[in-house]
Amino acid sequence: MTTRAATTSTLFSWKRLLPPLLVSAVVVGVIVVVIVAGHHDIIESFSAFGRGSFGSAYAFWSATLVRATPLTLLGLAVALAFRSGVMNIGAEGQFLAGASAATAVVLTGVGGGMVLVIALPAAVLAGALWAAIAGWLKREFGVLEVISSLMLNFVAQYLVSYLVRGPLQEPTHVYPQTETFGPAAQLPLLISGQRLHLGYAIAVLLALILWWMFRATAVGFRLRAVGAGAAAAASAGQVMVPRVLFTAFLLSGAIAGLAGGVEVTGVTYALYEGISPGFGYTAIAVALLARLNPLAIIGTGIFFGALEAGAAAMQRDAGVPFQFVAVVEALVVLGVIALDWTRERGATRR
Amino acid sequence: MVSARADVSTALSLCDMSKRFGTTQALDGASLDVRRGTLHALLGENGAGKTTLMRLAFGMDTPDTGTILVNGKTCAWRTSADALRAGIGMVHQHFLLVPAMSVAENIGLGRGGVFSGFDPTCTAAVVRDLVAATGLAIDPEARVGDLPVGAQQRLEILKALSHDAQVLILDEPTAVLSPQETQDLYAWLRRFVDSGRTVVLITHKVREALQIADDVTVLRRGRTVMQVAAHATGEAEVLTALLGETTTHGAPHARAPRRTTGKTVLAVNGVTVRDDRGTERLKCVTTHVCGGEILGVAGVEGAGQLELLRVMAGRRIPDTGSATRPARVGFVPEDRHRDAVIGEWTLIENFALKDAGRATGTMVWDDYRVRAELGVRAQDVRATSAHDRMDALSGGNQQKFVLARELEGAPEAFVVENPTRGLDVRATEQVLDALRAARDAGVAVVIYSSDLDELFSVSDRIVVCYDGTVHEVPFDRQAVGRAMVGLS
Repeated sequence: MTTRAATTSTLFSWKRLLPPLLVSAVVVGVIVVVIVAGHHDIIESFSAFGRGSFGSAYAFWSATLVRATPLTLLGLAVALAFRSGVMNIGAEGQFLAGASAATAVVLTGVGGGMVLVIALPAAVLAGALWAAIAGWLKREFGVLEVISSLMLNFVAQYLVSYLVRGPLQEPTHVYPQTETFGPAAQLPLLISGQRLHLGYAIAVLLALILWWMFRATAVGFRLRAVGAGAAAAASAGQVMVPRVLFTAFLLSGAIAGLAGGVEVTGVTYALYEGISPGFGYTAIAVALLARLNPLAIIGTGIFFGALEAGAAAMQRDAGVPFQFVAVVEALVVLGVIALDWTRERGATRR
Repeated sequence: MVSARADVSTALSLCDMSKRFGTTQALDGASLDVRRGTLHALLGENGAGKTTLMRLAFGMDTPDTGTILVNGKTCAWRTSADALRAGIGMVHQHFLLVPAMSVAENIGLGRGGVFSGFDPTCTAAVVRDLVAATGLAIDPEARVGDLPVGAQQRLEILKALSHDAQVLILDEPTAVLSPQETQDLYAWLRRFVDSGRTVVLITHKVREALQIADDVTVLRRGRTVMQVAAHATGEAEVLTALLGETTTHGAPHARAPRRTTGKTVLAVNGVTVRDDRGTERLKCVTTHVCGGEILGVAGVEGAGQLELLRVMAGRRIPDTGSATRPARVGFVPEDRHRDAVIGEWTLIENFALKDAGRATGTMVWDDYRVRAELGVRAQDVRATSAHDRMDALSGGNQQKFVLARELEGAPEAFVVENPTRGLDVRATEQVLDALRAARDAGVAVVIYSSDLDELFSVSDRIVVCYDGTVHEVPFDRQAVGRAMVGLS
């Protein structure tokens, strides 16, 4: 086997794209089996899926891409952490922290017409701070970040519950949610008549920035070095590894927090329990399927956005339970792991 | 000479054992005869083949040639389990324990059937009986990770004895022990031997070996060069066998005249380094290197030489004391794959790795490509292009690449650890030539090598690390060898 990889990750190469495509094919096959086994009409289910995801301009711009926005941003957060050797499973919690902070800023009414200029940075900050807890535990006490960041997701979830039943509850104190944001606190829409909002443009821009950062900047190179070989980075490069790992945690949390801020100001216009149907976990699949490549995450973000939008339509029109999306996502993660394994086997056999 | 081949009083006999790893002939017809009921010391320098010989005896590797006799019967091990069944147990230098499990669970591991690999009947009560029978005090319910090193070692011995080992092999058992723990272990080994069983002790500590052992075997370059009763010999005689009378190359007079600039480039002053457990690995060490000289550092494994080199290279902050270093220090670590390169990266990226800690702004990849290509040419690295992945290169070429990277940019000092380990003869010469060229260009070079011949062939001056201290010694093989084992 001869591998001639380019200086940095190649943008488009069939060799790298083929395995994900194979995984996708297997996933579609399993979808068929699941639907048939559930005694649902396969034609009806698939046409509902198609209608809900790509079937119309509205489905694409207002369902698929709106779903893809948090998945892309969170996928970038996860990819940044994973490539730097930080197993941040806490994107969900950092997302909720960001959503809560943005909501709190909006509801205090500061900034008037410019409230978003304060609310979104607040979301970024809150996400970074939430990630910093797990990062600090790792740096000071060697606590495994897989455990701590995951556990902090549940803390964040209950924090949101408390906020929407307590200090941030809507004035009538009937529903466990905040009041709806005013127009000044809503992200502008990109296409009139569609729900697609500025947040998606932010996500795509951020993907480009991260791709460039890993490829061309010293900070990105340092993060990559620590992720690929922490001991070599410390010895050969004299990189201060604990500090870089902490930085990666902060950056990852910041992006996840931004995703939370974008969701409340771009889609829900309010904070409530269950604002995230597990976006932070799905994002792990988004990042892994993209092989942690920020540009590829734009594609896998749309793929998972379509999956969720289509599944929602399938449930509505064909009665297929929405939970089957979870089956598909799990399959994708397993498929990617299996592919990595076969690739490594191939490499060592060389 | 103790010659008891095929005699029933011989518990373990290894005849004419040879073993080759790649290009290295680790064993070249070595023999060992261990009488039942004796404590047998197996002595030799680093790389003399002591551990390899014992790994063959314990079934961890299969010999290329040679026979193993246990109680006079020829045996062929497929795995260590075969050796265990025949009554041979081994305690490795690096313990093989599960820190999160209890003492009893660790003993139960590896005693079960084919499928479980774990024996649930090995309870604390069973272990207590074993403790009572052997006199090795240890709490069966303690978590292994919480135990001090001495107790972990007792546990390793207990594990071997739980298989009813009649011959116990210990690889450098005292390297990690305090003096008191060492005394306790030796006292126990003596009682164990007096009860009719047999011990083989791998060690580089000549004096201790002569004090405690009944018989002594000395290996040198994979061959048995001495096999004698301990009371019938002395330190000087053993050392001569251990080090050899003459060196094959690099005798002191053959060296070029020293070209040192006489200006101290690198110095450590009163440096103390502690490991994670707080044990002092370097004890208030002071030494220096001048420009234009190669300082050879000798020492048996764990004598503090790696800590010294890391302090010199700026890769380790001393706990006390200070190091005076120039701005640019090249460093070639011992574990290349872990500490020097990233296998899945290209040569260009690996070249840029040297700047990973201090680079700012954007990476100018074209620059790094040119620098990597120059380095590849300077050290004759065999690669099709600088875009090659690092792990596509052979070990020798990887090492030459690391040398090229670390020598680039005219470092004032150059620190290398075992730079030729695992390399073939040709690559070894190229690496050593690169060190000489650096020296001739006025660089202060520090080299640690576990191969004394190599050290003598390349160094201008030699210091010896022993037990965390550094000693200036004459440029003489006997003197260095004696200092390495703590004799002056």
